[in-house]
Amino acid sequence: MAVVFDKPHALTDVPMHYCPGCTHGIVHRLVAEVIDELGIEGKTIGIAPVGCSVFAYNYFNCDMIEAAHGRAPAVATGVKRSDPENHVVFTYQGDGDLASIGMAETVHAAARNENITIIFINNAIYGMTGGQMAPTSLPGQVTQTSPYGRDTKHCGFPIKVCEMLSELEGPEYLERVTVSNVKNIVKAKKAIKKAFQNQIDGKGFSLVEVVSTCPTNWGMTPQNALKWLEENMLPYYPLGVYKDRSAKEETK
Amino acid sequence: MAKLTFKTDKCKGCGLCVDACPKGLIKLANDKINQKGYHPAAITDESACVGCAACAMMCPDCIIKVER
Ligand SMILES: Cc1ncc(C[n+]2csc(CCOP(=O)(O)OP(=O)(O)O)c2C)c(N)n1
Ligand code: SF4
Ligand code: SF4
Ligand code: SF4
Ligand SMILES: [Mg+2]
Repeated sequence: MAVVFDKPHALTDVPMHYCPGCTHGIVHRLVAEVIDELGIEGKTIGIAPVGCSVFAYNYFNCDMIEAAHGRAPAVATGVKRSDPENHVVFTYQGDGDLASIGMAETVHAAARNENITIIFINNAIYGMTGGQMAPTSLPGQVTQTSPYGRDTKHCGFPIKVCEMLSELEGPEYLERVTVSNVKNIVKAKKAIKKAFQNQIDGKGFSLVEVVSTCPTNWGMTPQNALKWLEENMLPYYPLGVYKDRSAKEETK
Repeated sequence: MAKLTFKTDKCKGCGLCVDACPKGLIKLANDKINQKGYHPAAITDESACVGCAACAMMCPDCIIKVER
């Protein structure tokens, strides 16, 4: 018998602290599978965020650095530029981390076309701190800090990160995926692999936004959270490629 | 023929694998509680399993190893 599925090598054996059914675990595995397939574990350096994935450094077998809240792209920039040929550098960040306190780092790294890979977990909430409204929380979404639902009159509108960054000249590749079912997981992995391959090929800033769940703070079972994601998040955050400079140039 | 191995001690009983199986072969063992305090997932009829690994791919915690 041949093994058709098992834990990838780039994930450690440490049990993940994530809540039951949280999609953070699925995305960790996809990143690890890509690291395995590209054979880059020994030269990869991951930058962990502040947020539920703050302990990501315990779960990946490659070297990891923990950045201050929102600063992962800045740390990644320094690490990558210090030895660009010999390192593959990725950040793993939540929406509170990347699109709120760290928005400046995100935008400027994209504008510079910094040759790094960003895995962006958009679960429309601050998970770690107990479910406060995030810049990505949907209009009407009930959170700890919007108990009557996000009122766009005084809380404004959710930020669509891929759409916004796609207006910049800088970034190489922006794609939004999800992991709501097996089919989408296969697509998500393909996008993550491309985002790593782009860096290896020297193409520049590659960001994959993964529309994700937070069953605990959404107050739902993991199954209902995936259903809510498909029915509510995907209409607001459509999946697809928002920028792919190399592909565009090839078709010119 | 396929063979599934569950890291039962680490399973969080989330049930995502249950919904993922196209043949409905996985159930949470409601009469068992693992070290973590969850009802762990298990396969009901391994002879019917086609080894597609859909259950394993959906699992956030890499609990299921699939051989075929
Ligand atoms: C400088 C600073 N400000 C605020 C916090 C509190 N804090 C911790 S995690 C977090 C937000 C996490 O949300 P997100 O990035 O979406 O990650 P998730 O937990 O949802 O995966 C905040 C505001 C902090 N740790 N440091
Ligand atoms: S609080 Fe939400 S995002 Fe954090 S581990 Fe739990 S389910 Fe996942
Ligand atoms: S491998 Fe496929 S058929 Fe077998 S239990 Fe898992 S999902 Fe069901
Ligand atoms: S998906 Fe994984 S953690 Fe969840 S019940 Fe199934 S085997 Fe257990
Ligand atoms: Mg979040």
